[in-house]
Amino acid sequence: MDDLFTLFIQVVFVENLALSFFLGMCTFLAVSKKVETAIGLGAAVIVVQALTVPINNMIFQYLLKPDALEWAGITGVNLEFLGLISYIGVSAALVQILEMTLDKFFPALYHALGIFLPLITVNCAILGGTLFVVRRDYDFVQSVVYGVGSGLGWALAIVLLAGLREKLKYSDVPDGLQGLGITFITVGLMSMAFMLFGGIQL
Amino acid sequence: MSVDKRIVLDPLVDTNPITLQMLGICSALAVTTSLAASLLMCLALTAVLVASNASISLIRKQIPTNIRIIVQMTIIASLVIVVDQLLRAYAFDLSKRLSVFVGLIITNCIVMGRAEAFAMKNPVIPSMLDGLGNALGYSLVLIVVAVIREFFGTGGLLGYQLLPKVTEGGWYYPNGLMMLAPSAFFIIGLMIWVFRTWKPAQVEKPEYRISHVHRTELS
Repeated sequence: MDDLFTLFIQVVFVENLALSFFLGMCTFLAVSKKVETAIGLGAAVIVVQALTVPINNMIFQYLLKPDALEWAGITGVNLEFLGLISYIGVSAALVQILEMTLDKFFPALYHALGIFLPLITVNCAILGGTLFVVRRDYDFVQSVVYGVGSGLGWALAIVLLAGLREKLKYSDVPDGLQGLGITFITVGLMSMAFMLFGGIQL
Repeated sequence: MSVDKRIVLDPLVDTNPITLQMLGICSALAVTTSLAASLLMCLALTAVLVASNASISLIRKQIPTNIRIIVQMTIIASLVIVVDQLLRAYAFDLSKRLSVFVGLIITNCIVMGRAEAFAMKNPVIPSMLDGLGNALGYSLVLIVVAVIREFFGTGGLLGYQLLPKVTEGGWYYPNGLMMLAPSAFFIIGLMIWVFRTWKPAQVEKPEYRISHVHRTELS
């Protein structure tokens, strides 16, 4: 139990997907102008991440890993090379299913998340999270914790950045740095602040 | 021929995928701690981008609009798998260092972005050139960032020690920050500043103008 808690804290703060692995940067920079939209996108990422990471990890563990098909009586098969295409397929399909389910049963939530859901398919935080979990050979519970944690960390980072940018637009920035440039430098400072978490002994 | 030349050369500075179109930033930041890894990453991305633009443009009239994203995804994912397997076969150590980032070329927005924006509307040859140009623009930024980070972070390039380090009896204190995440953000931020000072047309309009009031008007 302690291990899981440690993993969770580590994923949210120390190994923050956005600020220390640079994943999901494109959406991170593009959709962080307003706090409200950032919260919407953040929530969508948490949901999708919490579902895709465990599912993809199960696919890896029970279908693709070397000798993973032993339960079906097939040995000596290594389907690892199919990994990338199946993970991306799963996340695309999942996003699509999620979109339809929300539309049918939770219209309010659907409208809140609406435009962000399709964006998430190509968000590298999702595929990146999956690849990290697969590489580290986590079991099912660990992968659930990792999925929720990494989604939460990403959401936290984007909401914080949006908060900063809302204030930043009133400041007098040199012409060349206007917009994207100053955002990069802000994110750099944020990532520096997040590095402090690295010193925490758990 | 001049049109083709423009397609290749424009993305280097004028419409650079990273500093202007905001595409493909993730990997640009992550792999740039060493020049060797960055060069390999550029090579991988160039191969994928040219091939995906070519093959998507080849079947652009057959792809139904509704499912075009999935079709593009499948093509790109297959190409990335090929590249990934090749790297594992011939450059295993470096591909280990690139870790998950070769796989992440699939979700590198440059590839999807160029497929959507260019390859779906243009014939094969211009699409390939567009892929090449954008890959070169990406590589340009990546190589500059990697050179700065590796040179100041370790005092050497590609494994050759250029500045003698203090720990080995020299005078250079390696700058540890360069090896860490924040420096990548700072360097790209500053590069954007340089690019936009050089080409003022790229400067973004501020949302609020701060009005300057002269002292004499205050009293």
